[in-house]
Amino acid sequence: MLDDFMIRALLAGLGLVLATGTLGSIVVWRRMAYFGDSTAHAAILGVALSFAFALPFYVGTLAVAVAMALAVAWLSARGQGVDTVLGVISHSALAAGLVAVSFVPSLRVNLESYLFGDILAVSRADLIWIWSGAILVLGLLIWRWQRVVTASVNEELALASGISPERERLILSLALAIVVAIAIRIVGALLISALLIIPAAAARGFSRTPEQMAGSATLIGALAVICGLWGSLTFDTPAGASIVVISAAFYALSLVFYGKE
Amino acid sequence: MSALIRAQNLSVSHPGADRPVISQIDMHIDPAEIVTVVGPNGSGKSTLVRALLGQVALSSGRVDRLSGLRIGYVPQRVHIERAMPMTVRRFLSLPQRVGDAQAAQVLERTGVPGLEKRQIVSLSGGQFQRVLLARALLNAPQLLVLDEPTQGLDQPGIVAFYKLIEEVRAETGAAVLMVSHDLLVVMRASDRVVCLNGHVCCQGTPQAVSAAPAYRALFGAESQGTLALYRHHHDHDHDHVEPGHDHDHVHGPGCTHDHSKG
Repeated sequence: MLDDFMIRALLAGLGLVLATGTLGSIVVWRRMAYFGDSTAHAAILGVALSFAFALPFYVGTLAVAVAMALAVAWLSARGQGVDTVLGVISHSALAAGLVAVSFVPSLRVNLESYLFGDILAVSRADLIWIWSGAILVLGLLIWRWQRVVTASVNEELALASGISPERERLILSLALAIVVAIAIRIVGALLISALLIIPAAAARGFSRTPEQMAGSATLIGALAVICGLWGSLTFDTPAGASIVVISAAFYALSLVFYGKE
Repeated sequence: MSALIRAQNLSVSHPGADRPVISQIDMHIDPAEIVTVVGPNGSGKSTLVRALLGQVALSSGRVDRLSGLRIGYVPQRVHIERAMPMTVRRFLSLPQRVGDAQAAQVLERTGVPGLEKRQIVSLSGGQFQRVLLARALLNAPQLLVLDEPTQGLDQPGIVAFYKLIEEVRAETGAAVLMVSHDLLVVMRASDRVVCLNGHVCCQGTPQAVSAAPAYRALFGAESQGTLALYRHHHDHDHDHVEPGHDHDHVHGPGCTHDHSKG
Protein backbone atom coordinates (compact mmCIF):
# COMPACT_ATOMS: atom_id res chain seq x y z
CA MET A 1 0.00 0.00 0.00
CA LEU A 2 2.86 2.36 0.87
CA ASP A 3 4.22 1.80 -2.63
CA ASP A 4 1.62 4.16 -3.98
CA PHE A 5 2.98 7.74 -3.92
CA MET A 6 -0.54 9.09 -3.42
CA ILE A 7 -1.02 7.00 -0.28
CA ARG A 8 2.35 8.18 1.04
CA ALA A 9 1.43 11.79 0.26
CA LEU A 10 -1.90 11.37 2.03
CA LEU A 11 -0.27 9.84 5.11
CA ALA A 12 2.37 12.59 5.16
CA GLY A 13 -0.28 15.31 4.97
CA LEU A 14 -2.46 13.73 7.65
CA GLY A 15 0.56 13.26 9.92
CA LEU A 16 1.43 16.92 9.58
CA VAL A 17 -2.08 18.21 10.34
CA LEU A 18 -2.11 16.08 13.47
CA ALA A 19 0.36 18.64 14.85
CA THR A 20 -0.61 21.78 12.93
CA GLY A 21 -4.28 21.78 13.98
CA THR A 22 -3.47 22.20 17.66
CA LEU A 23 -0.25 24.17 17.29
CA GLY A 24 -1.85 26.40 14.66
CA SER A 25 -4.70 27.26 17.05
CA ILE A 26 -2.16 28.32 19.66
CA VAL A 27 -0.27 30.32 17.03
CA VAL A 28 -3.51 32.16 16.20
CA TRP A 29 -4.34 32.84 19.88
CA ARG A 30 -0.91 34.13 20.65
CA ARG A 31 -0.39 36.03 17.39
CA MET A 32 2.72 34.03 16.61
CA ALA A 33 2.04 33.92 12.86
CA TYR A 34 5.04 36.08 12.06
CA PHE A 35 7.16 33.88 14.28
CA GLY A 36 6.08 30.81 12.30
CA ASP A 37 6.86 32.51 9.01
CA SER A 38 10.27 33.59 10.23
CA THR A 39 11.17 30.13 11.49
CA ALA A 40 10.13 28.62 8.18
CA HIS A 41 12.20 31.11 6.15
CA ALA A 42 15.23 30.53 8.35
CA ALA A 43 14.86 26.80 7.77
CA ILE A 44 16.06 27.28 4.17
CA LEU A 45 19.51 27.83 5.66
CA GLY A 46 19.04 24.49 7.38
CA VAL A 47 18.27 22.83 4.05
CA ALA A 48 21.47 24.22 2.54
CA LEU A 49 23.56 23.21 5.56
CA SER A 50 22.18 19.66 5.54
CA PHE A 51 23.23 19.25 1.92
CA ALA A 52 26.61 20.88 2.46
CA PHE A 53 27.46 18.61 5.41
CA ALA A 54 25.64 15.52 4.09
CA LEU A 55 23.32 15.44 7.10
CA PRO A 56 19.78 14.12 7.02
CA PHE A 57 17.63 16.97 5.76
CA TYR A 58 15.44 16.97 8.89
CA VAL A 59 18.43 17.28 11.23
CA GLY A 60 19.74 20.42 9.49
CA THR A 61 16.38 22.21 9.30
CA LEU A 62 15.49 21.29 12.87
CA ALA A 63 18.87 22.53 14.14
CA VAL A 64 18.52 25.88 12.39
CA ALA A 65 14.86 26.29 13.44
CA VAL A 66 15.71 25.50 17.08
CA ALA A 67 18.75 27.78 16.99
CA MET A 68 16.54 30.56 15.70
CA ALA A 69 13.91 30.02 18.40
CA LEU A 70 16.60 30.18 21.09
CA ALA A 71 18.26 33.23 19.55
CA VAL A 72 14.94 35.08 19.41
CA ALA A 73 14.16 34.19 23.03
CA TRP A 74 17.65 35.25 24.11
CA LEU A 75 17.61 38.57 22.23
CA SER A 76 14.07 39.54 23.18
CA ALA A 77 14.86 38.84 26.84
CA ARG A 78 17.56 41.48 26.41
CA GLY A 79 15.09 44.15 25.51
CA GLN A 80 15.19 43.89 21.71
CA GLY A 81 11.79 44.23 20.01
CA VAL A 82 10.54 40.78 19.04
CA ASP A 83 9.39 41.92 15.57
CA THR A 84 12.79 43.42 14.84
CA VAL A 85 14.68 40.41 16.12
CA LEU A 86 12.52 38.06 14.06
CA GLY A 87 12.91 40.17 10.94
CA VAL A 88 16.68 40.39 11.30
CA ILE A 89 17.24 36.72 12.07
CA SER A 90 14.79 35.18 9.61
CA HIS A 91 15.77 37.28 6.64
CA SER A 92 19.47 36.96 7.40
CA ALA A 93 19.07 33.20 7.66
CA LEU A 94 17.00 33.05 4.45
CA ALA A 95 19.56 35.17 2.59
CA ALA A 96 22.45 33.14 3.99
CA GLY A 97 20.56 30.00 2.98
CA LEU A 98 20.09 31.22 -0.60
CA VAL A 99 23.79 32.13 -0.79
CA ALA A 100 24.76 28.75 0.64
CA VAL A 101 22.48 26.96 -1.80
CA SER A 102 24.44 28.45 -4.70
CA PHE A 103 27.47 26.48 -3.49
CA VAL A 104 25.54 23.21 -3.61
CA PRO A 105 24.92 22.59 -7.32
CA SER A 106 22.52 19.67 -6.86
CA LEU A 107 20.35 21.73 -4.53
CA ARG A 108 20.29 24.73 -6.84
CA VAL A 109 18.22 22.72 -9.26
CA ASN A 110 15.45 21.69 -6.87
CA LEU A 111 15.38 24.65 -4.47
CA GLU A 112 11.83 25.21 -5.56
CA SER A 113 10.73 21.96 -3.96
CA TYR A 114 11.92 23.28 -0.58
CA LEU A 115 10.21 26.62 -1.01
CA PHE A 116 6.91 25.14 -2.16
CA GLY A 117 7.13 21.55 -0.97
CA ASP A 118 6.86 18.32 -2.87
CA ILE A 119 4.39 16.14 -1.04
CA LEU A 120 4.19 13.68 -3.96
CA ALA A 121 7.89 12.85 -3.53
CA VAL A 122 7.55 11.76 0.11
CA SER A 123 9.45 8.54 0.88
CA ARG A 124 8.88 5.91 3.56
CA ALA A 125 11.72 7.42 5.60
CA ASP A 126 10.04 10.83 5.33
CA LEU A 127 6.85 9.30 6.71
CA ILE A 128 8.70 8.08 9.79
CA TRP A 129 10.21 11.53 10.40
CA ILE A 130 6.88 13.29 9.83
CA TRP A 131 4.81 11.04 12.08
CA SER A 132 7.43 10.94 14.86
CA GLY A 133 7.71 14.71 14.78
CA ALA A 134 3.96 15.25 14.73
CA ILE A 135 3.31 12.83 17.60
CA LEU A 136 6.14 14.43 19.59
CA VAL A 137 4.66 17.90 19.09
CA LEU A 138 1.12 16.81 19.89
CA GLY A 139 2.32 14.99 23.01
CA LEU A 140 4.25 18.06 24.13
CA LEU A 141 1.19 20.28 23.65
CA ILE A 142 -1.15 17.87 25.47
CA TRP A 143 1.31 17.64 28.34
CA ARG A 144 1.54 21.47 28.69
CA TRP A 145 -2.06 22.15 27.64
CA GLN A 146 -3.55 23.77 30.76
CA ARG A 147 -0.44 25.90 31.24
CA VAL A 148 -0.24 26.94 27.60
CA VAL A 149 -3.92 27.88 27.46
CA THR A 150 -3.71 29.86 30.71
CA ALA A 151 -0.61 31.71 29.54
CA SER A 152 -2.31 32.41 26.20
CA VAL A 153 -5.37 33.86 27.93
CA ASN A 154 -3.36 36.19 30.13
CA GLU A 155 0.25 36.15 31.23
CA GLU A 156 -0.42 37.83 34.56
CA LEU A 157 -3.05 35.26 35.48
CA ALA A 158 -0.57 32.56 34.51
CA LEU A 159 2.20 34.12 36.56
CA ALA A 160 -0.07 34.35 39.60
CA SER A 161 -0.83 30.63 39.23
CA GLY A 162 2.85 29.77 39.28
CA ILE A 163 3.13 29.29 35.50
CA SER A 164 6.13 30.80 33.75
CA PRO A 165 4.96 32.41 30.49
CA GLU A 166 8.53 32.49 29.22
CA ARG A 167 8.96 28.77 29.65
CA GLU A 168 5.69 28.05 27.80
CA ARG A 169 6.75 30.44 25.04
CA LEU A 170 10.05 28.62 24.65
CA ILE A 171 8.29 25.25 24.52
CA LEU A 172 5.96 26.56 21.80
CA SER A 173 8.95 27.88 19.85
CA LEU A 174 10.52 24.44 19.97
CA ALA A 175 7.25 22.79 18.89
CA LEU A 176 7.10 25.24 16.00
CA ALA A 177 10.68 24.42 15.03
CA ILE A 178 9.82 20.71 14.87
CA VAL A 179 6.69 21.38 12.78
CA VAL A 180 8.66 23.56 10.37
CA ALA A 181 11.26 20.84 9.92
CA ILE A 182 8.67 18.19 9.09
CA ALA A 183 6.47 20.48 7.00
CA ILE A 184 9.10 21.75 4.55
CA ARG A 185 8.88 18.55 2.53
CA ILE A 186 5.12 18.77 2.34
CA VAL A 187 4.06 22.38 1.79
CA GLY A 188 7.45 24.10 1.61
CA ALA A 189 8.95 26.96 3.59
CA LEU A 190 6.65 29.57 2.08
CA LEU A 191 3.35 27.86 2.88
CA ILE A 192 3.96 26.38 6.36
CA SER A 193 2.35 29.33 8.11
CA ALA A 194 -0.67 28.97 5.85
CA LEU A 195 -1.20 25.40 7.01
CA LEU A 196 -0.86 26.53 10.64
CA ILE A 197 -3.08 29.55 10.50
CA ILE A 198 -5.81 29.01 7.92
CA PRO A 199 -7.40 25.80 9.30
CA ALA A 200 -7.24 27.27 12.83
CA ALA A 201 -8.82 30.52 11.66
CA ALA A 202 -11.54 28.51 9.90
CA ALA A 203 -12.10 26.43 13.05
CA ARG A 204 -12.65 29.56 15.15
CA GLY A 205 -16.11 30.02 13.62
CA PHE A 206 -17.24 26.58 14.73
CA SER A 207 -15.73 26.53 18.22
CA ARG A 208 -16.75 27.55 21.71
CA THR A 209 -13.73 26.32 23.66
CA PRO A 210 -9.98 26.10 22.99
CA GLU A 211 -10.22 22.31 22.77
CA GLN A 212 -13.00 22.43 20.18
CA MET A 213 -10.96 24.85 18.13
CA ALA A 214 -7.86 22.63 18.19
CA GLY A 215 -9.98 19.60 17.24
CA SER A 216 -11.87 21.40 14.46
CA ALA A 217 -8.64 22.83 13.07
CA THR A 218 -7.19 19.33 12.89
CA LEU A 219 -10.31 18.04 11.14
CA ILE A 220 -10.39 20.94 8.67
CA GLY A 221 -6.68 20.47 7.98
CA ALA A 222 -7.25 16.76 7.31
CA LEU A 223 -10.13 17.51 4.92
CA ALA A 224 -7.99 20.10 3.16
CA VAL A 225 -5.20 17.55 2.70
CA ILE A 226 -7.61 14.95 1.29
CA CYS A 227 -9.43 17.38 -1.02
CA GLY A 228 -6.23 19.18 -1.99
CA LEU A 229 -4.48 15.97 -3.00
CA TRP A 230 -7.52 14.80 -4.92
CA GLY A 231 -7.68 18.16 -6.71
CA SER A 232 -3.99 18.07 -7.44
CA LEU A 233 -4.33 14.62 -8.99
CA THR A 234 -7.47 15.47 -10.94
CA PHE A 235 -6.51 18.91 -12.24
CA ASP A 236 -2.74 18.49 -12.22
CA THR A 237 -2.20 21.43 -9.83
CA PRO A 238 0.67 21.83 -7.31
CA ALA A 239 -0.27 19.69 -4.29
CA GLY A 240 0.93 21.93 -1.43
CA ALA A 241 -0.72 25.00 -2.88
CA SER A 242 -3.95 23.08 -3.56
CA ILE A 243 -4.15 22.05 0.11
CA VAL A 244 -3.78 25.66 1.18
CA VAL A 245 -6.42 26.81 -1.33
CA ILE A 246 -8.92 24.27 0.05
CA SER A 247 -8.13 25.46 3.60
CA ALA A 248 -8.86 29.01 2.50
CA ALA A 249 -12.20 27.85 1.08
CA PHE A 250 -13.06 26.35 4.49
CA TYR A 251 -12.11 29.64 6.08
CA ALA A 252 -14.46 31.54 3.77
CA LEU A 253 -17.21 29.05 4.61
CA SER A 254 -16.58 29.47 8.35
CA LEU A 255 -17.24 33.20 8.13
CA VAL A 256 -20.90 32.36 7.63
CA PHE A 257 -20.97 30.69 11.05
CA TYR A 258 -18.72 33.14 12.87
CA GLY A 259 -20.41 35.34 15.40
CA LYS A 260 -23.53 33.19 15.64
CA GLU A 261 -23.85 32.45 19.33
CA MET B 1 -3.07 36.50 64.46
CA SER B 2 -0.05 37.57 62.50
CA ALA B 3 -0.04 39.53 59.25
CA LEU B 4 -0.69 37.64 55.97
CA ILE B 5 1.95 39.68 54.19
CA ARG B 6 4.48 42.01 55.71
CA ALA B 7 6.89 44.16 53.71
CA GLN B 8 9.87 45.76 55.38
CA ASN B 9 12.00 48.45 53.78
CA LEU B 10 10.94 47.12 50.36
CA SER B 11 12.48 48.65 47.22
CA VAL B 12 12.16 47.63 43.58
CA SER B 13 14.16 49.01 40.65
CA HIS B 14 13.67 48.27 36.98
CA PRO B 15 16.91 47.24 35.30
CA GLY B 16 18.64 50.23 33.76
CA ALA B 17 16.45 52.81 35.51
CA ASP B 18 18.24 55.39 37.62
CA ARG B 19 15.53 55.68 40.28
CA PRO B 20 13.76 52.86 42.10
CA VAL B 21 10.08 52.45 41.14
CA ILE B 22 9.17 52.03 44.79
CA SER B 23 11.45 52.49 47.77
CA GLN B 24 11.49 51.84 51.48
CA ILE B 25 7.97 50.52 51.71
CA ASP B 26 6.82 49.27 55.10
CA MET B 27 3.34 47.83 55.08
CA HIS B 28 1.36 44.78 56.09
CA ILE B 29 -1.97 43.13 55.48
CA ASP B 30 -3.84 41.58 58.39
CA PRO B 31 -6.41 38.80 58.05
CA ALA B 32 -9.86 39.92 56.92
CA GLU B 33 -9.03 43.57 56.39
CA ILE B 34 -9.50 45.55 53.19
CA VAL B 35 -6.37 47.50 52.35
CA THR B 36 -6.35 49.80 49.37
CA VAL B 37 -3.29 51.26 47.70
CA VAL B 38 -3.98 54.62 46.09
CA GLY B 39 -1.61 56.83 44.19
CA PRO B 40 -1.25 58.72 40.93
CA ASN B 41 -0.28 57.04 37.65
CA GLY B 42 3.32 55.87 37.72
CA SER B 43 3.44 55.86 41.51
CA GLY B 44 4.37 52.16 41.54
CA LYS B 45 1.04 50.68 42.68
CA SER B 46 1.13 47.66 40.38
CA THR B 47 4.83 47.13 41.04
CA LEU B 48 4.13 47.13 44.78
CA VAL B 49 1.44 44.49 44.33
CA ARG B 50 3.72 42.29 42.22
CA ALA B 51 6.50 42.67 44.77
CA LEU B 52 4.15 41.65 47.58
CA LEU B 53 3.11 38.62 45.52
CA GLY B 54 6.74 37.72 44.86
CA GLN B 55 6.49 38.22 41.10
CA VAL B 56 9.32 40.73 40.80
CA ALA B 57 12.83 40.74 42.24
CA LEU B 58 13.40 43.10 45.15
CA SER B 59 16.38 45.41 45.07
CA SER B 60 16.32 45.67 48.85
CA GLY B 61 14.19 44.90 51.88
CA ARG B 62 12.07 41.84 52.45
CA VAL B 63 8.56 40.51 52.03
CA ASP B 64 7.26 37.83 54.38
CA ARG B 65 4.20 35.90 53.37
CA LEU B 66 2.36 33.57 55.71
CA SER B 67 3.49 30.10 54.70
CA GLY B 68 0.98 28.37 52.44
CA LEU B 69 -0.91 31.63 51.93
CA ARG B 70 -3.70 31.11 49.37
CA ILE B 71 -4.04 34.13 47.12
CA GLY B 72 -6.82 34.88 44.63
CA TYR B 73 -5.58 37.33 42.02
CA VAL B 74 -7.43 39.59 39.62
CA PRO B 75 -4.87 41.34 37.42
CA GLN B 76 -5.20 44.70 35.77
CA ARG B 77 -6.75 44.99 32.30
CA VAL B 78 -7.27 41.36 31.40
CA HIS B 79 -7.65 41.26 27.65
CA ILE B 80 -8.98 38.07 26.11
CA GLU B 81 -8.02 37.60 22.49
CA ARG B 82 -11.11 37.37 20.27
CA ALA B 83 -9.35 34.67 18.27
CA MET B 84 -9.57 32.42 21.31
CA PRO B 85 -12.94 30.78 21.89
CA MET B 86 -13.50 30.60 25.63
CA THR B 87 -16.64 29.98 27.62
CA VAL B 88 -16.97 31.25 31.17
CA ARG B 89 -17.10 27.65 32.36
CA ARG B 90 -13.83 26.74 30.63
CA PHE B 91 -12.18 29.91 31.89
CA LEU B 92 -12.92 28.97 35.48
CA SER B 93 -10.99 25.73 34.95
CA LEU B 94 -7.71 27.52 34.17
CA PRO B 95 -5.25 26.34 35.21
CA GLN B 96 -6.83 23.99 37.78
CA ARG B 97 -9.89 22.10 36.63
CA VAL B 98 -12.91 22.58 38.89
CA GLY B 99 -16.24 20.79 39.09
CA ASP B 100 -19.50 22.15 37.67
CA ALA B 101 -21.02 22.59 41.12
CA GLN B 102 -18.12 24.66 42.36
CA ALA B 103 -18.12 26.77 39.19
CA ALA B 104 -21.84 27.45 39.57
CA GLN B 105 -21.36 28.33 43.22
CA VAL B 106 -18.67 30.99 42.70
CA LEU B 107 -20.63 32.56 39.83
CA GLU B 108 -23.69 32.70 42.08
CA ARG B 109 -21.58 34.26 44.85
CA THR B 110 -20.28 37.04 42.60
CA GLY B 111 -23.74 37.83 41.28
CA VAL B 112 -23.45 36.39 37.78
CA PRO B 113 -25.21 32.99 38.06
CA GLY B 114 -25.81 30.94 34.94
CA LEU B 115 -23.18 32.57 32.75
CA GLU B 116 -21.29 29.28 32.25
CA LYS B 117 -22.03 28.84 28.55
CA ARG B 118 -21.44 32.45 27.53
CA GLN B 119 -18.33 33.40 25.58
CA ILE B 120 -15.97 35.55 27.65
CA VAL B 121 -15.66 38.14 24.87
CA SER B 122 -19.45 38.60 24.80
CA LEU B 123 -19.62 39.67 28.46
CA SER B 124 -20.02 43.27 29.57
CA GLY B 125 -17.17 44.86 31.52
CA GLY B 126 -19.02 44.43 34.81
CA GLN B 127 -19.88 40.79 34.15
CA PHE B 128 -16.30 40.01 33.17
CA GLN B 129 -14.93 41.59 36.36
CA ARG B 130 -17.30 39.41 38.36
CA VAL B 131 -16.21 36.32 36.46
CA LEU B 132 -12.57 37.20 37.18
CA LEU B 133 -13.45 37.61 40.85
CA ALA B 134 -15.30 34.27 40.79
CA ARG B 135 -12.21 32.59 39.38
CA ALA B 136 -10.08 34.19 42.08
CA LEU B 137 -12.43 32.78 44.76
CA LEU B 138 -12.08 29.18 43.56
CA ASN B 139 -9.18 28.19 45.79
CA ALA B 140 -10.81 29.65 48.94
CA PRO B 141 -8.20 32.43 49.17
CA GLN B 142 -7.06 33.96 52.45
CA LEU B 143 -6.13 37.05 50.50
CA LEU B 144 -7.77 38.53 47.42
CA VAL B 145 -5.57 40.80 45.33
CA LEU B 146 -7.37 43.10 42.91
CA ASP B 147 -5.39 45.43 40.65
CA GLU B 148 -7.62 48.26 39.41
CA PRO B 149 -10.66 45.99 39.46
CA THR B 150 -13.17 48.61 38.38
CA GLN B 151 -11.40 50.02 35.35
CA GLY B 152 -13.87 50.58 32.57
CA LEU B 153 -16.96 50.28 34.79
CA ASP B 154 -19.48 53.09 35.13
CA GLN B 155 -20.16 54.72 38.49
CA PRO B 156 -23.05 52.44 39.59
CA GLY B 157 -20.99 49.46 38.43
CA ILE B 158 -18.05 50.59 40.55
CA VAL B 159 -20.19 51.07 43.65
CA ALA B 160 -21.84 47.66 43.16
CA PHE B 161 -18.48 45.99 42.69
CA TYR B 162 -17.04 47.38 45.93
CA LYS B 163 -20.20 46.34 47.73
CA LEU B 164 -19.66 42.84 46.41
CA ILE B 165 -16.05 42.87 47.65
CA GLU B 166 -17.24 43.79 51.15
CA GLU B 167 -19.83 41.01 51.06
CA VAL B 168 -17.24 38.47 50.00
CA ARG B 169 -14.90 39.61 52.74
CA ALA B 170 -17.65 39.39 55.34
CA GLU B 171 -18.65 35.94 54.16
CA THR B 172 -15.28 34.30 53.60
CA GLY B 173 -13.10 36.26 55.99
CA ALA B 174 -10.57 36.79 53.19
CA ALA B 175 -8.38 39.86 53.42
CA VAL B 176 -8.45 42.12 50.37
CA LEU B 177 -5.60 44.07 48.85
CA MET B 178 -6.80 46.48 46.19
CA VAL B 179 -5.14 48.95 43.90
CA SER B 180 -7.33 51.75 42.75
CA HIS B 181 -7.66 55.34 41.80
CA ASP B 182 -11.41 55.58 42.30
CA LEU B 183 -10.68 57.69 45.37
CA LEU B 184 -14.24 58.48 46.30
CA VAL B 185 -15.51 54.94 46.48
CA VAL B 186 -12.32 53.29 47.66
CA MET B 187 -12.16 55.49 50.70
CA ARG B 188 -15.54 54.25 51.74
CA ALA B 189 -14.92 50.58 51.09
CA SER B 190 -11.52 50.23 52.77
CA ASP B 191 -10.44 49.56 56.32
CA ARG B 192 -7.04 51.00 55.64
CA VAL B 193 -5.54 53.08 52.87
CA VAL B 194 -1.93 53.21 51.77
CA CYS B 195 -1.14 56.33 49.83
CA LEU B 196 1.74 55.67 47.48
CA ASN B 197 3.95 57.84 45.34
CA GLY B 198 7.15 55.86 44.93
CA HIS B 199 7.22 55.61 48.71
CA VAL B 200 4.48 55.43 51.31
CA CYS B 201 3.29 58.99 51.78
CA CYS B 202 0.84 58.11 54.46
CA GLN B 203 -1.21 55.17 55.58
CA GLY B 204 -4.01 54.63 58.04
CA THR B 205 -7.77 54.65 58.24
CA PRO B 206 -9.52 56.33 55.32
CA GLN B 207 -10.50 59.16 57.59
CA ALA B 208 -6.96 59.74 58.82
CA VAL B 209 -5.50 59.48 55.33
CA SER B 210 -8.00 61.78 53.70
CA ALA B 211 -7.12 64.42 56.29
CA ALA B 212 -3.38 63.95 55.90
CA PRO B 213 -1.57 66.85 54.22
CA ALA B 214 0.56 64.45 52.13
CA TYR B 215 -2.55 62.82 50.68
CA ARG B 216 -4.18 66.15 49.96
CA ALA B 217 -1.04 67.44 48.32
CA LEU B 218 -0.87 64.33 46.15
CA PHE B 219 -4.45 64.33 44.94
CA GLY B 220 -5.22 68.03 45.10
CA ALA B 221 -8.80 69.02 44.46
CA GLU B 222 -10.04 65.44 44.24
CA SER B 223 -8.99 64.79 47.83
CA GLN B 224 -11.25 67.59 49.04
CA GLY B 225 -14.15 65.67 47.61
CA THR B 226 -13.07 62.51 49.37
CA LEU B 227 -12.83 64.24 52.69
CA ALA B 228 -16.21 65.85 52.26
CA LEU B 229 -17.75 62.56 51.20
CA TYR B 230 -16.07 60.75 54.01
CA ARG B 231 -17.33 63.16 56.63
CA HIS B 232 -20.75 63.19 55.08
CA HIS B 233 -20.80 59.43 55.03
CA HIS B 234 -19.94 59.23 58.70
CA ASP B 235 -22.21 62.01 59.83
CA HIS B 236 -25.15 60.07 58.49
CA ASP B 237 -24.13 56.56 59.21
CA HIS B 238 -24.01 56.21 62.96
CA ASP B 239 -24.47 52.46 62.91
CA HIS B 240 -21.19 52.02 61.16
CA VAL B 241 -18.75 50.36 63.51
CA GLU B 242 -15.09 50.89 62.93
CA PRO B 243 -13.22 47.63 62.60
CA GLY B 244 -11.10 46.83 65.58
CA HIS B 245 -7.90 48.06 64.03
CA ASP B 246 -6.05 50.83 65.71
CA HIS B 247 -4.29 52.49 62.84
CA ASP B 248 -3.22 56.01 63.31
CA HIS B 249 -1.97 57.42 60.10
CA VAL B 250 1.77 57.53 59.74
CA HIS B 251 3.74 59.76 57.45
CA GLY B 252 6.31 58.04 55.35
CA PRO B 253 9.87 59.24 55.66
CA GLY B 254 10.73 62.27 53.59
CA CYS B 255 7.64 63.14 51.53
CA THR B 256 9.78 65.24 49.27
CA HIS B 257 8.32 64.34 45.89
CA ASP B 258 7.53 66.99 43.37
CA HIS B 259 3.84 67.87 43.26
CA SER B 260 4.05 70.31 40.40
CA LYS B 261 3.21 67.68 37.77
CA GLY B 262 -0.08 67.26 39.53
